[in-house]
Amino acid sequence: MDLQLDRICHAYGDTEVLRDISLEIPQGRIICLVGPSGCGKSTLLRMIGGLERPSAGRVLQVGEPPKDSLNPLTYVFQDFALLPWRSVRGNISLVLEDHGIKGAAADQIIEDVLARTKLSDFAKALPKQLSGGMKQRVAIARALAVNPSVMLMDEPLSALDSQTRELLMDDLVALWTRQPFTAVYVTHNLAEAVRLGHAIVVLSRRPGEIREVVEIDKPLAERGYGDRDLEEVQKHLWTLMRDEARAADEELLDV
Amino acid sequence: MSEQMKPQSGIEVRFRGGGFAPKSRRWVGPLVFVVLIALMEWGTRSGWISALTLPRPSDVLATFQDLWSTGMLFKHLAPSLTRLAVGAAIGASVGVSVGILIGLSSYIRAGLVPLVAAIFPIPKIALLPLFVIWFGIDEGSKYALIAFGTFTPTVVATYGAVDNVDRSLIRMGQSFGLSWQSIVRKIVLPGAMPGILSGLRISLAIAIILLVAAEMLGAEYGIGAYILEAGSLYDLERLFAGVVILSLLGVVVSTVIGWIERRLLGWRI
Repeated sequence: MDLQLDRICHAYGDTEVLRDISLEIPQGRIICLVGPSGCGKSTLLRMIGGLERPSAGRVLQVGEPPKDSLNPLTYVFQDFALLPWRSVRGNISLVLEDHGIKGAAADQIIEDVLARTKLSDFAKALPKQLSGGMKQRVAIARALAVNPSVMLMDEPLSALDSQTRELLMDDLVALWTRQPFTAVYVTHNLAEAVRLGHAIVVLSRRPGEIREVVEIDKPLAERGYGDRDLEEVQKHLWTLMRDEARAADEELLDV
Repeated sequence: MSEQMKPQSGIEVRFRGGGFAPKSRRWVGPLVFVVLIALMEWGTRSGWISALTLPRPSDVLATFQDLWSTGMLFKHLAPSLTRLAVGAAIGASVGVSVGILIGLSSYIRAGLVPLVAAIFPIPKIALLPLFVIWFGIDEGSKYALIAFGTFTPTVVATYGAVDNVDRSLIRMGQSFGLSWQSIVRKIVLPGAMPGILSGLRISLAIAIILLVAAEMLGAEYGIGAYILEAGSLYDLERLFAGVVILSLLGVVVSTVIGWIERRLLGWRI
């Protein structure tokens, strides 16, 4: 299943946030959205998954999602959004219960996703016992449990320290290599974007418009920490964004 | 390096952190009680507290023993506990339900919040004659008074607690396609539980206060009736014995809620 954004515009009152965004999200690829703070990238992501309505334009699903997908458009949030009163297992079973998956069938899915995110030993732990990186892995396991056809990731690594971020990026690459998934990945971190993105969409400051789409052909598995060619791309992205970011930073917040 | 580490002349940085962190000091609470009671006993015995000002604690204890041995204690306690349990259960459960509805629906909130604000400051005792007409002089009016008194604080605490549930968790539920009922039952209710339980502490204390008021009319037995009778006869020993029972009841209720909190809210940091 592909996604298509068709001329999306959005405004909060008189403040125009997004202007004329058209974008293809083809199956099996990770699309990174980068842009200066306040450019509406998270808003755009909420629209893609149907959590917010654009003022104009549409988000289209092209083709059928796979039959076994319980929740085709699935989010991974920056703040993890785990229920603190449920264990790791309980947090994952939460999203299965509503689809009538209980007992052995649920156990099988839960064990599978916990193994894929290397959390098998922590099924009974409560979120308060876990580190930030582990919490985000639980959230990723929860997203995998519903077999999404598109993962919508809203700055998933931004709340983590840089070492944990590196480790989790490797985990994400490993997950993708094992079983390619489609993802829209919002971040303000250009290093993440060049490591994980097949295509990087650069948005301008408010009102957000697409400035450029940078494609990176190098396979995800071959990209590494501090690769030369990736640094070149990152530098290019930064030149695109620098003035925008500065201007955005100096703007008065009157939203 | 070691040469540089030899003691230098200079002022040591003064420690100015610490404090403002409550620690468990179990023995202080009981000690305050023991000291106060010992002071009362000594004062009444030595005569600088007159018998009309305060009863002698040992006399109160004797009255208490008397209540126990004659079996009157349970004759008074049983109806009171029933009234408390039934009234508080009705008031708290209706209060929690209405509070959740207010928290979830803008229309219900707009309609009921002013009403609750109007009912809250009414001294429920003043309505007792009305309740007697509505619900009869028997148990009905007593249940109603206690239920009514616990209802309003429970409502206010509950909808405040629902308002405080983390919206990002609700968005998460929606993003995974959870049904409305599932979101309410699995996200809103557990998320509001800490606020609901601390509201319950206040409502149940109010229920104990109202117990005495409820037994003003048409009650032969009951702690409240016992206290009111002792008060009108100016029998300070019995009055105090009754008051002590109410205090103990408050401590028991508070302990039970503390226990429930530890059971249900172990997930909090």
